Amino acid sequence: MKETGFYPGCSLQATSREYNESVRALARHLSLPLREIEDWNCCGATAAHSMNHELALALPARVLALAEAQGMEEIVVPCAACYGRLATTHHTLVTDETLRQKTCDTIGMEYSGKLKILNAVQWIEQYVEPLLANAVTHPINRKMACYYGCLLVRPHKVLQFDRVEDPQSMDRLCALCGSEPVDWAFKTECCGAGLSISRTQSVGRLSGAILSDAAERGAEAIIVACPMCHSNLDMRRPAANRSLGQKLDIPVLFITQLIGLALGIPRKELGLDRHFVPVPQW
Amino acid sequence: MSKIGVFICHCGENISATVDCARVAQAAAEMEGVAYATDYKYMCSEPGQQLIRQAIREHNLDGVVVGSCSPRMHEPTFRRACAEAGLNPYLCEIANLREHCSWVHEKGEATTQKAIDIVQGLVEKVRRNQPLTPIRVPVTKKALVIGGGIAGIQAALDIANCGHRVILVEKEPSIGGHMAQLSETFPTLDCSQCILTPRMVEVAQHPNITLYTYAEVESVEGFIGNFKATIRLKAKSVDEKKCTGCGLCTTKCPNKKIPGEFNEGLGTRTAIYVPFPQAVPNKPVIDKEHCNYYQKGKCRVCEKFCPTGAITFDQPDQFITEEVGAIVVTTGFRVLPTSFFPEYGYGRYKDVITGIQFERLASASGPTMGEIRRPSDGTVPKKVVFIACCGSRDPAKGIPYCSKICCMYTAKHAMLYQHKVHDGESTVFYMDIRAGGKNYEEFVRRAIEEDKVNYVRGRVARVYERADGKLVVRGVDTLLGAQQVEIEADMVVLATAGVANPGAEELAQKLHISYDPYHFFAEAHPKLRPVETNTAGIYLAGACQAPKDIPETVATASGAAAKVVSLLSQDDLVREPLVAVVNRCAPPVYSTCVGCFLCQTACPYQAIEREEIKDRQGRVIKTVAKVNPGLCQGCGTCVSFCRSKAIDIQGYSNEQMYAEVNALLNHE
Repeated sequence: MKETGFYPGCSLQATSREYNESVRALARHLSLPLREIEDWNCCGATAAHSMNHELALALPARVLALAEAQGMEEIVVPCAACYGRLATTHHTLVTDETLRQKTCDTIGMEYSGKLKILNAVQWIEQYVEPLLANAVTHPINRKMACYYGCLLVRPHKVLQFDRVEDPQSMDRLCALCGSEPVDWAFKTECCGAGLSISRTQSVGRLSGAILSDAAERGAEAIIVACPMCHSNLDMRRPAANRSLGQKLDIPVLFITQLIGLALGIPRKELGLDRHFVPVPQW
Repeated sequence: MSKIGVFICHCGENISATVDCARVAQAAAEMEGVAYATDYKYMCSEPGQQLIRQAIREHNLDGVVVGSCSPRMHEPTFRRACAEAGLNPYLCEIANLREHCSWVHEKGEATTQKAIDIVQGLVEKVRRNQPLTPIRVPVTKKALVIGGGIAGIQAALDIANCGHRVILVEKEPSIGGHMAQLSETFPTLDCSQCILTPRMVEVAQHPNITLYTYAEVESVEGFIGNFKATIRLKAKSVDEKKCTGCGLCTTKCPNKKIPGEFNEGLGTRTAIYVPFPQAVPNKPVIDKEHCNYYQKGKCRVCEKFCPTGAITFDQPDQFITEEVGAIVVTTGFRVLPTSFFPEYGYGRYKDVITGIQFERLASASGPTMGEIRRPSDGTVPKKVVFIACCGSRDPAKGIPYCSKICCMYTAKHAMLYQHKVHDGESTVFYMDIRAGGKNYEEFVRRAIEEDKVNYVRGRVARVYERADGKLVVRGVDTLLGAQQVEIEADMVVLATAGVANPGAEELAQKLHISYDPYHFFAEAHPKLRPVETNTAGIYLAGACQAPKDIPETVATASGAAAKVVSLLSQDDLVREPLVAVVNRCAPPVYSTCVGCFLCQTACPYQAIEREEIKDRQGRVIKTVAKVNPGLCQGCGTCVSFCRSKAIDIQGYSNEQMYAEVNALLNHE
């Protein structure tokens, strides 16, 4: 089977280790080869692209060039923010030859632009989904609210992934795991993102609105594919609950964790014990 | 040896300020073939024209070059002057010394020299001009109107009232179009049906109008004055001669749950149906797609109950051919459905509706008998949000233009809602209010001031349905410092953009008329020829050109009708003879045309025909191209395609053009 390059980014090494663990557990369980890009660096995140355009291109470009130099044809980028940066940079470099040359000069490496960049959902759709029908041993018969956030689907012109306002891909995957995806209104609302540290209260208000809509529609868990979304909905739960004046204990799972559970992978391997809001035994 | 007269105009100071006109005239007098040359301050004035006429007579001139303004301006003037003096008008040419020379250059020797060169070029051309006579084509005194909305109705009635016969083709089972769907009309709030339905009846009863409903134009051939249209009469499965319109079949049809087009999906209809009670003609058709008999092979309930035996299941589509002299295209428009708007729920929310759906709710003949009720549960909404510019003026949505009618109908909707639901609250989100029109601004002010409609200037980012079923409208109020606004609404009405009908592009190609990037049909000139197309004899009216309100639609329809009537009032049509001609010469060559017919594929007007040259025994010697002068627009595409140089445009032959260009280039 074709090997897929793997770019973890910083979150998957720290706050979202369970995302990393669950992606790798899925790959291991289904024998899907993943190879981490050697010597990868920061994608630049929000800081670079809000301050320095050149740096915002150069940092992801180096990652892309490394992947290409290491013989990879496609890479999976589970973190939605990293995915956004890498995909946007790729798009800029393949559509603007002058910028491509300039950026290649900056990083001192070549990038042809032939690399294919997948987010976690796309990787699952491509490699995991065809196997799911036979591999699901423990269907999770629960109501799930799939939360896509902003970075997974936007900007649509660049990413060309799913529907911008009412995405469906994770909902479909949920159904394949035996769950019932709920139709709700906050799939792509802002969770507060990077304000998590500087303005926790705002994040509490925004994430609170998302949690409460999901809860009102009877969702028993929220499914995400972004470390930022996860930490705001999970780690910032006290702030959200304060804002709502309620005590919501609805757990937040990565899509890879949900699929892992449905495949019967042990909870520990999926990092389910790392969550702030406990995930019940289903 | 030709005797050409050259007349250099000063155009007041427009030419003489930078060009030495007297010197140009002197130089012209020296040119080969020039018998007379002079200059004058205003050549287009009566004394100027007299100068030309006199010179033609005195010097027996056989060609005239006027060095003046653009031929677009005064070519007809000077050609008329020449004709008055007995010279064939096509032997007069204009050297454009104003736009092409004096206006664009500084005063100086080079400028005068350029003027002389231009005159020299035209002199060389005129030496090779041939006298031409205008083309006369007979006119079929009958018009075809495509589309039976208010535009088509108005155009058909106007033409028919002038005594000409009209064929009116409508693709739906009834005429009436969008206007029949409307409740009240702005800015007077008079009932749309009350002003429209009498005209629909008039169309049906008019002795000069032949009405074909449930019919579509299949193809159109021919040219101005002589079109031949093939019309498909879709099988109605009901014999119109036998049907009395009693309506029993529609009450007996078991298939009752089909979303009705006339009520924009808010009401249902049966498979055998009349679109609405006031329909013209008021006779049903069977919708084969939903009919149990056509789909599953059994039912025939309508046939069993029909008292006159009018149901004819085996009726085929019929094709008829009509010869007409003029065509008016009035195929209208449509509004985008709510499903076009991801941010407003992809059309999933039942209580997010379009403006035209609101019209049906507000209409006395609508599914709620004119009461404003929510499509989801039938309750009366207490809070309604109207969103203007849905799609319109939004390049990201591919619709950069303004749909023009939405500001007014949104004000009307809010007003009607306030009149019907006294304790209701209405909010309009808008970008700008475009209320240009007689009594329009006053109407909007009335909605705001008397009916207390809450106008918020800002865009709506999202509409979503909360778990409890309330619609949340989230927008911004740009007049309150871009403050975020969130309104819980019971119903949301989207003023969705007006766009071209799905079949517009195809129809335009059938008719050989041009259309814009949005598939609206293009006028010959946006200001001065607003109801004509670039194809002679085909006219436009109404919203097939761009979204239009009723007054403007009716005005263009009457305008198009006036154009048609003036065309049909002539027995023959006179056209400029500047058309392509395939040469003919003596046997055994007959023509340098080799019969490759590349020209036929190149001609955008389908003006090129095949002609067989036969000997006396009737055997075909050669097949060559022949240009139909009635169709040819003189564009010259065929000339450049012709491999054997067999085609020339009269008045602009290759020989003439080469001579003109050579004269321009061949000087020291």
